[in-house]
Amino acid sequence: MASSVVPGQPAPSRPAPPGGTAAGDPSPDPDTIGKPRPGRRSPTPRRLSGWQRLVRDRFLLLLGLPGVVVVLLFQYVPLLGNVIAFKDYQPYLTIWEAPWVGFDNFSVIVNGDPAFLNALKNTLVISLVQIVVVFPVPIALALLLNSLLSERLKRISQSILYLPHFMSWVIVVALFQHMLGNAGLYNTFARTHGLPLVEIIGNPDLFLALITSQVIWKDAGWGTIIFLAAISRVDLQLYEAVAVDGGGRLRQLWHVTLPAIRPVIILLFILKLGDVLSVGFEQIFLQQGPVGLDASEVLDTYVYNYGIVGGNWGASAAVGLVKGLIGAILVLGANKVAHLFGERGLYAKW
Amino acid sequence: MVTSTKHRPGPPKLLPGATRAARLRTINGAAPPNLAVRGLKGIVLLIAAALVVAPFLAVISTSLADQEQIAAAGGYVLWPQNPNLDAYRAIFSGGVVTRATLVSVGVTVVGSGLSVLVVALLAYSLSRPGSWGHRPILLLVLFTMLFNAGMIPNYLLIKQLGLIDSYWALILPTLVSAFQVIIVRAFFLEVPQEIVDAARIDGASELQILARIMMPLSKAVLAVVALFNAVSYWSAFFNAVLYINSTDKWPLQLVLRTYVVDNTAIGADLPGEVVPPQQSLQMAILVVSLVPICLVYPFLQRHFAKGIVIGAVKG
Repeated sequence: MASSVVPGQPAPSRPAPPGGTAAGDPSPDPDTIGKPRPGRRSPTPRRLSGWQRLVRDRFLLLLGLPGVVVVLLFQYVPLLGNVIAFKDYQPYLTIWEAPWVGFDNFSVIVNGDPAFLNALKNTLVISLVQIVVVFPVPIALALLLNSLLSERLKRISQSILYLPHFMSWVIVVALFQHMLGNAGLYNTFARTHGLPLVEIIGNPDLFLALITSQVIWKDAGWGTIIFLAAISRVDLQLYEAVAVDGGGRLRQLWHVTLPAIRPVIILLFILKLGDVLSVGFEQIFLQQGPVGLDASEVLDTYVYNYGIVGGNWGASAAVGLVKGLIGAILVLGANKVAHLFGERGLYAKW
Repeated sequence: MVTSTKHRPGPPKLLPGATRAARLRTINGAAPPNLAVRGLKGIVLLIAAALVVAPFLAVISTSLADQEQIAAAGGYVLWPQNPNLDAYRAIFSGGVVTRATLVSVGVTVVGSGLSVLVVALLAYSLSRPGSWGHRPILLLVLFTMLFNAGMIPNYLLIKQLGLIDSYWALILPTLVSAFQVIIVRAFFLEVPQEIVDAARIDGASELQILARIMMPLSKAVLAVVALFNAVSYWSAFFNAVLYINSTDKWPLQLVLRTYVVDNTAIGADLPGEVVPPQQSLQMAILVVSLVPICLVYPFLQRHFAKGIVIGAVKG
């Protein structure tokens, strides 16, 4: 099977496809090896038929089979499972037995069930606040790190600031509770020393502030990486040019560094906009108990609480489906906008 | 000895900041910032670092502190006076934390090992140019990056497969990530075709090519994928909430949620007479869940930073 490669003929050198791979690689098929110009399709290709290639590659396909099965089973089958959004599913029925009910399950969305509207409102508010408050932090931090003159200090700072990214949300929430909770480290210290107390844990009014600060604590440091990478590619002569023209470090920042990272900022901002319907699910789920659903219910937790806990399978699947569709449209739209800005987006143009 | 090296004359090493500033000045051309600006930066950086380090320090110290010190401090300490391992002895003398740690280790090891294997096999089968069906299969995998079927259908699938309360429910759904397949495939594609052809001529089978050529040449990226998956299996929380019902199958993150986040009293769930204070036990559980991440963190930091940049630049 492997002998179909013509021996003795060096294969054409295959440059790595730029941008990985999105739509397949441009390298020529080995079927054409041995032709005078392997890169071009010759007018009379001595190609193998599909069946011959299938037989030749059967072992190769067998290797890929486990992965393909997992992808099909755990990504595509659940996609089909979304039919229960149009059915009256009950746990004692199979999905196929459940009766069709058309768009009845979507009445939660169309008629505006108060709990659903509350979840939608909270989701959008949290997303908006996180875009406004969280988004600029890594940029500022990256500029600060970049401005450090000592390489060693910069490296140590990065090592410390990246660490929280790798902590699970359970750990982050646990840390916040035990540091800032009512009986936590800070408040016990503050009580005995007459300092003002921090009442942010389990407080519905400050829930937004709490989850925002948790997101900043966890991911602000990690978020600097992409900006630092963009800054590191700036041509140093540009800085010299500013200096020659009499500009100081602020001028260098304003006229060189910031314009250099502007594409990355725009790209990440657009992608963030495409993600407005998803806010930290595990993070919020973990902290709903003491805070109450009014302040903390978001779309994802609504699907869980209303569907899996409350047993409203069809209706919550409908909410999940609409959320998924809008999310996909937003991501695709965001990519479209990114392309309009001349950026690459999540994927290249096909 | 120490003092002599300190006073040894040599290249002007006094005021290291100044010399670096001077070097940077020659690069950037602009004068270094004045003392006030540098001081301000230092303070901001120090606060940021303290906000990250202090909680970890308090957690580790409290887990090691003895009863008197914790009682005196009102719950938490920043530095243990008579450090002891009583809390660790208590949680690891059998009972819920011991079991959960074993479950988490098992799921992490099996999950990350299996996933790197399956990802490598799939990536390899998609990396041979002109093979049958590689384009549709690649698109099939890529397309999964665009959508997520949603919580309810995923749950129903696991239920229909009879995987509720099975460890496989924690491992299988996240086994293959399209992004990782793409990354590994890109590395396989960069292996010169000549090497592969030479092996073929020598009679190597596909599996031998993969095992003897591709995988050794891509060791670094496979290690990164394995580490990445190990961290996410170790940290995975919500799948366990959904799919694991019996408490004796809980992974560590669920134990952490119950006893450390929700503050359920843990004494009754540990064997023997539990002496250490509640806070020590809680912080010890937290430390147990932190340690593996901190152990691999140096590798993560080096490779992830690179990987994320490659991902951003190459797409």
